[in-house]
Amino acid sequence: MKYLSKLHKILEDGNFAVTAEIGPPKHASAHGIRHHAEMLRDYVDATNITDCQTAIVRISSIASGVHILDCGIEPIVQMTCRDRNRIAIQADLLGAYSLGMRNVLCLSGDHQKFGNHPTAKNVYDVDSMQLIYLLRRMRDEKKFFSGEEIKEHEPRFYIGAVANPFADPFEFRVDRLEKKVEAGAQFIQTQCIFDMERFERFMEMVRERGLDQRVHILAGITPLKSWRAAKYLQTGVSSMLVPDSLVERLKNAEDQKREGIEVAIEQIKYIKEKVKGVHGVHIMAIAWEEVVPEIVERSGLYPRPKVDLE
Amino acid sequence: MIIAQQKPIKEIAAMIADCKKVLLAGCQGCVAVCLAGGDKETEILASALRIMRKLEGNPLEAVTYAATRQCDPEYIVPMDDLVKDVDAVISLACGVGVQYVAERYPDKWVVPALDTKFIGGSTVHGVWEEKCGLCGECILHRTGGICPIIRCSKSILNGPCGGSQYGKCEVSKDVDCAWQLIYDRMKALGRLDKMMEIQMPKDWSKSRDGGPRRAVREDVIIE
Ligand code: SF4
Ligand code: SF4
Repeated sequence: MKYLSKLHKILEDGNFAVTAEIGPPKHASAHGIRHHAEMLRDYVDATNITDCQTAIVRISSIASGVHILDCGIEPIVQMTCRDRNRIAIQADLLGAYSLGMRNVLCLSGDHQKFGNHPTAKNVYDVDSMQLIYLLRRMRDEKKFFSGEEIKEHEPRFYIGAVANPFADPFEFRVDRLEKKVEAGAQFIQTQCIFDMERFERFMEMVRERGLDQRVHILAGITPLKSWRAAKYLQTGVSSMLVPDSLVERLKNAEDQKREGIEVAIEQIKYIKEKVKGVHGVHIMAIAWEEVVPEIVERSGLYPRPKVDLE
Repeated sequence: MIIAQQKPIKEIAAMIADCKKVLLAGCQGCVAVCLAGGDKETEILASALRIMRKLEGNPLEAVTYAATRQCDPEYIVPMDDLVKDVDAVISLACGVGVQYVAERYPDKWVVPALDTKFIGGSTVHGVWEEKCGLCGECILHRTGGICPIIRCSKSILNGPCGGSQYGKCEVSKDVDCAWQLIYDRMKALGRLDKMMEIQMPKDWSKSRDGGPRRAVREDVIIE
């Protein structure tokens, strides 16, 4: 089998994968990105680079990806449908491929209302489902989104998508995942899991349909810094489910940050041992990248497999 | 129908600051129904402007007229006499009406009193909601009669996105998730299988695309 990326090989080899997230800064220096990349290099298989997350202007995901590659980590370029039409998306992804990026994560993107440019015009020319489908077709059928033939050097991305088991309607979440798999998604990263019970119910339905055999699912883990952070996610962010018990646990902890790390480690161990059909974790330590090595190590996921694609 | 709302009066006053006499032209069409630019609103705006200018010591003469509708040139013709000696026309029609008025009177200063917002209808008295994005190729037969183009905050064609929770859209607890509505309806109709079909990107060349769109009916064109 010819692997599309390092992450592709790690997952196809049956390893429990570890990805993390690096959020680019709101300025023009890559110093922080590179610092985080150096720190994470030996602890993760690939890192996501967010694409102006929560609609806040930051260094672009592809430019950040260049820095990350340069530091020796494989990037997963996030591509949202919010800011670019079908021409810009393709142009940027051709460019990303030419720069050595091999993984792409397709998502709709947070609405601009929440960012630092709420008066911007959103694009949404294509949606995440269409993006997955069209990127797969670019690769497998050598066609631009319009259907025009790509004569040579078609981009051959390993295609990822997201799934949110905590959004509604719950029954449709597995359907939508299946739809994404049909469209061409090869790996899935889930929304941050805090409500383990709901996640397990979701995975049960995933297994019933055999979807875990068709796509690699990476469970989203977010260490929380404080009970306030937990409360904010519980009440202020749509599409998250944070149980009260977790808020309480952090509130009662002597050292909330340490407790947050402990919770994340427990979750990873639990998922790895108990939840069948999950093929890895995706650690989103929001503005807290430095804790990732400890979490990976103490969850028993270190060292990471060495991969040589050549 | 077209839903419009009046601009802040200060903005309207600023547009005609250097005029001594104006015509306020209302419209009895959509903007009358949505209580923005009919007879009544035209009279009220005229008095408000007169009072404002009087208080400023710079009186304004304001005459009024309410056209049957302003989106048909023939209904503008009766205004010809009234327009003759005014310095400006304030149109209380939608953007279409304002343009027809401007077109008919090339030497007059014509300004809009309304912000033309969207096409939709009322939900309860005094509240109007957008229902159609004028995309040029209706897909309501594929979405259970609920328009995702305009009612989904991201115009997603394969929803609902991950932001949908408790029936509401991620942008606000006051906004229904269009795709939850579509899902519920498809379920009630026993057509959930339709939701599994991947809807391809829209052909936006049929929508706002560059230059005005035109609709032609050859059979009714009079030479
Ligand atoms: S699909 Fe297009 S034409 Fe139909 S209601 Fe929606 S925007 Fe209007
Ligand atoms: S929550 Fe629903 S209405 Fe809002 S953007 Fe997502 S699918 Fe569209």
